[in-house]
Parts: sequence; structure tokens; C-alpha cells
Amino acid sequence: MWNKDKIRFGMVIDLDKCTGCGACSVACMSENNIGVLHDETDKIRSITWLRVYQIDNGKSFPDTEVAFIPRPCMHCQGGKSGTPGQAFFQEDPLVDAEAHPPCVSVCPATATDYDEETGIVSQIPTRCIGCRYCVAACPYHARYFNWYDVPWPKGTPRALSPFVSPRMRGVVEKCTFCYQRYQRARNKALVDGSEVGEMDYQTACTEACPSGAITFGQLQNPEHKVHKLISSEHTFRLLESLHTDPKVYYMSKREWVRKMADNYVTRHKKLAKAAAGGGH
Amino acid sequence: MRRWFDDLPKYADDQSWHPKGVKRCRPEIFLFWLGLPLTLLGYFTVGAVLCLALGLNQTNMNDYFAFGVWIVVDLAVIALGAGAFFTSFLNYVVGKTELKPIVNAAVLIGFICYVGAILMLGIDIGQPIRGWFGFWHANVHSMLTEVMFCITTYAIVLTIELLPTVLDNKRISRVPEFGTMSHNLHTIMIVFAAAGTFLSFFHQGSLGGMFGVLYARPFAARGGIGIWPWTFFLFIWSAIAAGPSFTTMIVMLTEKISGRKLTTHKVKMLMGKISGSLLVSYMVVKSADTAWWAWVKLPSMGLTMDDMYHNPYGYWLMWFELGLFGWLPALMLLQKKVRESYGLLFLAMLMTCTGVALNRFIFTIQSLALPVLPFEKFYAYLPSWQEWGIASLVLGFGLLVYMLAYRYLPVFPQEPELNDD
Ligand code: SF4
Ligand code: SF4
Repeated sequence: MWNKDKIRFGMVIDLDKCTGCGACSVACMSENNIGVLHDETDKIRSITWLRVYQIDNGKSFPDTEVAFIPRPCMHCQGGKSGTPGQAFFQEDPLVDAEAHPPCVSVCPATATDYDEETGIVSQIPTRCIGCRYCVAACPYHARYFNWYDVPWPKGTPRALSPFVSPRMRGVVEKCTFCYQRYQRARNKALVDGSEVGEMDYQTACTEACPSGAITFGQLQNPEHKVHKLISSEHTFRLLESLHTDPKVYYMSKREWVRKMADNYVTRHKKLAKAAAGGGH
Repeated sequence: MRRWFDDLPKYADDQSWHPKGVKRCRPEIFLFWLGLPLTLLGYFTVGAVLCLALGLNQTNMNDYFAFGVWIVVDLAVIALGAGAFFTSFLNYVVGKTELKPIVNAAVLIGFICYVGAILMLGIDIGQPIRGWFGFWHANVHSMLTEVMFCITTYAIVLTIELLPTVLDNKRISRVPEFGTMSHNLHTIMIVFAAAGTFLSFFHQGSLGGMFGVLYARPFAARGGIGIWPWTFFLFIWSAIAAGPSFTTMIVMLTEKISGRKLTTHKVKMLMGKISGSLLVSYMVVKSADTAWWAWVKLPSMGLTMDDMYHNPYGYWLMWFELGLFGWLPALMLLQKKVRESYGLLFLAMLMTCTGVALNRFIFTIQSLALPVLPFEKFYAYLPSWQEWGIASLVLGFGLLVYMLAYRYLPVFPQEPELNDD
């Protein structure tokens, strides 16, 4: 697990643009063959690779403000701390830095892996034994166990995407940044003799968002929009103090939203952070 | 000419299978009491069939409580079963032969704990048929891989360690080949005791390491040296402190139930002393670890102790683990007066075992109960009846094996001389 490659795919989600409509979640479910269970109200057992959380500023009417946080898998790099300014992916590529996502090293069956070429954390459902150790390791609740077999209604399997295998009961699954789309884009580039361009590989959620809140691309590539966005002073990541080094970034001009991203020891520290003006 | 079945009535004579020089209850009474483990095993079977046929939705686990009561019971019985490797180590490797009268019992209890835990783990994984992937596609970075390897191999070692006691059965040992085999096994037992010590040492540690390496789960995350988090060492330490207590406690319970003396009180006192001294040193290290976690580690993650304890998993858990079931029994076991009294010794040992089991519960359940994202909810978990059924396997299987072993195998070498039959 060595960070030798330059490509690091990542995402920036602008929370000031997100309306909480859930189109990203729906697009994700359709793209990745996620089924609908008998009881979808049982939220601690249903499967939503991209879950949209609702948060508020804790104030009562008329000062209440609401925001939505879409949460895919963060594709954590782990092992190194970093802020957008001095992040892992801008390190000297000749210096070996070991990637260490919380969930990968714990898997006894090598059923989840860190792709050194893209920085994507993969999941191999056919190899997963269902021990759920990775679920326990992920602080973002981005991993889902199949507690049930999906009760596909008659005929629907024919409408499933042929590019993603549906999962069986008893294994864990999670967001893969629509890796199948990357494979397709790479194949196409190979045939055309070209490179995979920014728009050739976009995740389903990015495409589906009606307000354009999600941007996807290569974090280190100066040509890509995400690269510019992550250096904004309003950019932050979830739970940075745990050093999971997520590759999913968020943006918000609202300070209270930025502060919801991590835990702070004291009120004093909170105020100090606020005065510094950054959420990271 | 003698036909093979002419001997059958002789073999059916229950008494001829009992260990030499001891008395056992009438077969009818024994059969009646066997009903208890068989009922528990029946309950287990119902739960197991449901979970295997319908899936883990039969439990109350969910994506927040990825681990539940099974992992708690597994961790607890494996810690308590550590009496097997530690007593064997002291007896065979260190040469503390005063422990000989209790070593068979320790191995038997260890065997029960490990086999029970493995069976339960087989149901706990979502795809039991793929259980072998952990060996085939082993990820050497995972603490769980090490646990899987060591528990399986150690269960085999325990079986070999238990074999001489089975072969020493009055009737079996009459077959010359078995007699010789048993004798040979006795002479090389030090090899297995050493192998068992090595394996057990590592997986007790890896079980603890499993939690310490969860660096993004603030309740479990700890510092450490190299790839070993402190919990690695703390789990070994607490297991060897509680193991001897648990073995002795079971022996004492057997004495009370059967109304017979099985080992001298001196042996029990020695086990108490070993347990007590290890527990005191463990408590010193564990308290230091807790303090470092509270004052250094948690603040570095933007959290405080107050964030870590919510009802029903409140501060009381910590005080129970470290105080009432930690320091108190540790100090009790160090007192000669306490060790001399049958009742107090038993009580202190029971408290020791409770403390270590509580530690395993806290690491499993509380680590998962705490929301890490500031906007996540706090959940509590209670096992379903099916989960309890599977958890009762250890008890049902354990009672069955223990009852049969006590009745037919020479587990307690001191028994004949301590009772006048
Ligand atoms: S720890 Fe969670 S968020 Fe991070 S890579 Fe693993 S599954 Fe994704
Ligand atoms: S549940 Fe599957 S992917 Fe997760 S740690 Fe276990 S075997 Fe690996």
C-alpha cells in the first residue's frame, strides 16, 4: 500500500448548493444495483451507499437553519494527517507514504482493498466473509451489511445494470466511486489512443445532482475543477482530527455547517476555530 | 466361539468406565441432569437453524452494532479459557508441579471455551461457507486473520493436550495401544504446552489488538508500540490474570455440586495468588492506559471522557470494571486471609472473572455505540432471543462435555485420596 501514483480521485460537495433532494442517492442505487428491501423504514439495516444527512444549527424559529450532508464512502487515504493546503496527495511522490484507510487493513479476507493507482477503496463482495470488522472500523457508517436477500420483484433483475454484480445476503458493500465507469472510460481511452479526460469519468451522483453541488475529478490535477475547489478557505472534510484523510471534501460558507464536521474539546477551542475562520 | 456382542453387557456397565477409586452418582440421576445441557443445546439449535437459513436479520445487530453479544461472549470465554495455556505453561514449562492436580481441569475448560467460541464464530459471519477465505486470502495486516489462525490451531493443540486424559479412562487404557499412546503423549506434553502458550499468547493479544487498531473509533483507539496497540498487551495480561481464577472457580463449583473434594485447598490458594498478583499488575497498567486515553488521546480527537459515556453505557461501567471488579478483587486475592477462606476466595475469583468479561463487553459494545460523527445518533442494543440461543451454546456444550468428562475421565488426580469411598 504505497502512495506512488499521481492519480487520486476525489469529490467536493458544496453544501450551500445541496437542497437535500436525494437525487444523488437514487442515481447511486440505480447505477449500482442496490435493491429495495421489504422494510425500508428500518434505516439501521437498509442500504444507502450515498446517504443524505440532515443537520440544523440547533436554534429555534425564526433562526433555524438547515443543511444537508450527502455522505458517500470517503475513500480515506489514512495514515497521514493533512489539510487541503498540505494534503497527502501533494507530497513528494518519491517519498513512500503508506496508505492506511481504517477499514482496509482490518479485513481478514482481503475483501476490501486500497487501489494504489486511483486511491479508490474497493470492495470485493464475492470474497467477503461477512465478519463486519470493517463496518466496526469505519467512523462514517459508509459500510453496509446485507442483512437480507434483496426481494427483487419479478422481472426487475432484467433491468439491472450488467456492469455491477448484485450482492448476496451476508456480505458488506459500499460506495466505489462508480468504479465500473472508470473501467469503461479507461477501455474507451485505450481504444481511442487517448487519455481519460475529466468528463470521461464522472460518478452517477455527480451527474444526477440537479443543483450541481457535487464535483468529481482528480484532486492533484490542476486542470480538474476539484483541484481548485479544495484550496478554498471554505473547504473541509469530515472528522479530520481522526487522520482518516478522506478524499471527499465539503464546502460551505456557513460557519456552523463547517463546525458540524468534527468534534471539538471545549467551547473555548470552538471559538478559537471560529475566529480563525476555517473549519479545518 | 466368542462373538463380538457377547462383550456388550460388560461395556454397558456404566461403573466400569468411572475413574479409578472414585464414586459417581447413579446413571438415572446423571441422565436426568444431562437434560439441562441438552435443553440448552436444543435452544441453540433453534437459533442456529434460523440464523443459517434466514440470515443474520434474525439478530438485533445492525450497521451500527456490527458486533453483538456473540463477540462479547467469544471474547469473554476466550479470556477465561486462558487458564488452560497459562496453567499448562506454569506446570510443564516453568516446572511449577504444584499445579499438576488442576492442570487437566484447566485444559478441559480451555477446550470447552475455545471450541464453543469457534462454533459461535461460524454462525456470526455472514457467509459461513466462506469461513476458510480468512486462511486462503489471508490479509497479514489484519489482527482478525491472526485470531483466526491462532484460535484454530490452538483448539487442535488443546485437543491433543486433552487426549491423554481421555486415553487414561479406566477402560480405554486397557487397550494396550491406547495405554502406550497416552504414556508417550505425557512425555512430550511440554512441546504442546509450549506451542499452546505461543499460540494463545498471540491470539489473546490480537483479540485486544483488534480494538486498539480501530484508530477512527475513539472509544477503542489506543496508542502502542510498532504494530501493537496497548490493548494487545492488556488483553493478554487480563486473560492470564482471570484464567486461573476461572479454572479454580469451576473446580470449586464442581466440588459444591458433587459434594466431593477434588483438589487440596493449597492448590486453589496458589491459583488465587497467581491470579491476584497478575491482576494487581494488570490494574496498574490498565489504569495508566485509561488515564492516558482520557487526558491525551481523546482530546487529540476533539473529544472528552464525557462524550464517551452515555446512558445506558454510562460512567458506572468504568467504575464497575476498574474499581468493584478490578482493583477490589485484585487486592482481595493478595490477602492470605481471603485466600484461606473458601467462600471469600470464590467471591474474589468470581469478581475477577466478572471484571474481565465486563472489559470485553465494554470494548465490543461501547466502542460501537458511540457516534463519532457529530450529527450521528446514539443507539443502544439488546440481543434477540435467537442471539441468546446461540450464545447459550458455550454453556450447553460446556456443561455436556464437562459433565461427561467429570463422570468418566480421571480429570482430578487428587480426588481418590481426598475422599474415602
Ligand atoms: S473507513 Fe469508511 S469512509 Fe473511509 S474508506 Fe473505509 S468505508 Fe470508506
Ligand atoms: S465484512 Fe467482509 S470486507 Fe468487511 S472485514 Fe469482514 S470479510 Fe472484510
